Amino acid sequence: MTFVLVWMGGLVTSNGAGLSVPDWPNTYGYNMFFFPPSKWIGGILFEHSHRLVASVVGFLTMLLALWLYGRNSRPVLRWGGLIFIVAGLGLCVKFPAHDKENICLSILGLAALGGSFVWPSSAPSPRWLRVLGVAAFIAVVVQGVLGGLRVTQLDARIGIFHATLAQLFLVLVSVIAISQTEFWRRLPVRAETDRGHFRLFFIAATCLVLGQLVLGATMRHQHAGLAIPDFPAAYGKVWPDTSPAAVARYNQNRLDVFSENSITAFQIELQMVHRIVALIILIAVSLGAWRASHYLGRHHPLARLAFLWLGLVLTQAFLGAATIWTGKSADVATAHVACGALCLVTGGLTSLLSFRMLASPVAQCGVAQKNELTSLLASSSITR
Amino acid sequence: MKKLTLSLMVLALTGSCQIASAGDITGKVTLKGTPPTEKAIEFIDQCTTLPHAVSTTRWYVVGKDNGLADVFVYISKGLEGKKFPAPTTPVVINQEGCMYYPYVVGVMVGQPLAFKNSDTFMHNVHGLPKVDGNLEFNIAEPFQGQVNDTTFTANITKPEVLVKVVCDVHHWMFCYAGVQDHPFFAVTDKDGNFKIANVPAGSYTLTAYHLKAHGSAPGVSQQITVAASPVTADFTVEVPAPK
Repeated sequence: MTFVLVWMGGLVTSNGAGLSVPDWPNTYGYNMFFFPPSKWIGGILFEHSHRLVASVVGFLTMLLALWLYGRNSRPVLRWGGLIFIVAGLGLCVKFPAHDKENICLSILGLAALGGSFVWPSSAPSPRWLRVLGVAAFIAVVVQGVLGGLRVTQLDARIGIFHATLAQLFLVLVSVIAISQTEFWRRLPVRAETDRGHFRLFFIAATCLVLGQLVLGATMRHQHAGLAIPDFPAAYGKVWPDTSPAAVARYNQNRLDVFSENSITAFQIELQMVHRIVALIILIAVSLGAWRASHYLGRHHPLARLAFLWLGLVLTQAFLGAATIWTGKSADVATAHVACGALCLVTGGLTSLLSFRMLASPVAQCGVAQKNELTSLLASSSITR
Repeated sequence: MKKLTLSLMVLALTGSCQIASAGDITGKVTLKGTPPTEKAIEFIDQCTTLPHAVSTTRWYVVGKDNGLADVFVYISKGLEGKKFPAPTTPVVINQEGCMYYPYVVGVMVGQPLAFKNSDTFMHNVHGLPKVDGNLEFNIAEPFQGQVNDTTFTANITKPEVLVKVVCDVHHWMFCYAGVQDHPFFAVTDKDGNFKIANVPAGSYTLTAYHLKAHGSAPGVSQQITVAASPVTADFTVEVPAPK
């Protein structure tokens, strides 16, 4: 669901629809949950459906956080439900014009109150998972507020944070999800020594991917279309001319049907950096996959994940090029965003698994020395 | 009584002097070169069912004898320090058939610029100024007949050539407003003609700016001297060379 939400967020920016609904949390004055579908036209369709799916993800994240606390979360659910019931009824009296919304609030509270007697029935998850659950809930709330502020404050920089947090949130819920699988439970914990320094390598490559996604988000939130319209060349050159005269000429020759901002030298340079970082990531992930296969064996879970990662990075590189070749077609650009998210998730999970499966060579060395010393001491005491 | 008569006479004389010392600037902007072919707009949703006066992009609207429409012509130098009252008559931009009409307008700082929704469905009006001090704005116009003539004026308080206004609901809808702190500007008509009336006598720099031909460049300028008789100032705008 979170991945779908990231995809939909990509559709919003790719279609330039982020500000097609000028108000928040309302939608054209309506409570967003009661905005008539007949009015979901043009850019509103993308932006409004993004808001609705975001609400569902927020709700599911709240349930996830409660579920991770197991039966211990029942009192929270119960009291929360009671507060919702009372608040809904109180608001009905205070604001009768909004009775529909207020009744819904009370019904939600009633559902929470009723549900708290039977759910969650599971035992609490380990502490680190509970912390992750709370972090995910906080992140989703912050993310919603950031999305709203982007609309009300008309500040494109907020959009960059919104896009970045979306990617990190996807990684977070993916980590929680994988920790619930049988695959995770069966993984041998630090059974091998990290002789190839894979842990460091994977985490560094993942950070590089995150940096690349921030660059991409910055490019997208300039709302300037394609700063460089050709690939692999850039304005027919290896490095494009970014002098004021050249940029003025590029702008004069842009013939956009849609409303796009003029491009600047900064945006051209930003895209060039994006291309260079893409190449570095491709080399790094290829190297990672090859080394994992060489040192750990082709069938090792980390090697398999590294090859999956490489496949995604190659797909992402192709989608990046296709975004330019298609003149930033909304669907292709959105697929580029979504694949970027998958690259980050795969990198994040590969790093996590490497930390779970591989032990630090220093620590292993320490353990070996300790064992050696213990056996030496033992043998000397026997001799004595 | 004598004093009053004298005062009225002085006032009348001053007024007639002002009229005598004000002149009109007329001219034509001509396009040199072959403009690129305009692209057809792919309308969506309800917009597909509506009649459209224009259904293509409007990069270069060329009329009779290569006259270029939608060029913003204004006095860019020579009026510094002078203050002029803003007209109270609003300039109207109409949203009709999912397009903005007119495409380019001129408006004075403080003069109402009204955005009218003539369509049966919703548009938003999103102003994207670039000059410091002018504020971005975004308003909803969900109903047919709705007019907003305050938001632009309240947010755009500094001269700017040109402020872009877009509809994010319909991504192909955008228009421009040239904003000046004096009333001496005009937008060329379909045949490239313009007239700036009642310009006080003096020497000025007159600038013609076309958003596609000039882009981030300031446009083309010429020096003019306005006296009692009308001044003619023609411009030639060139289609930029391919990149």
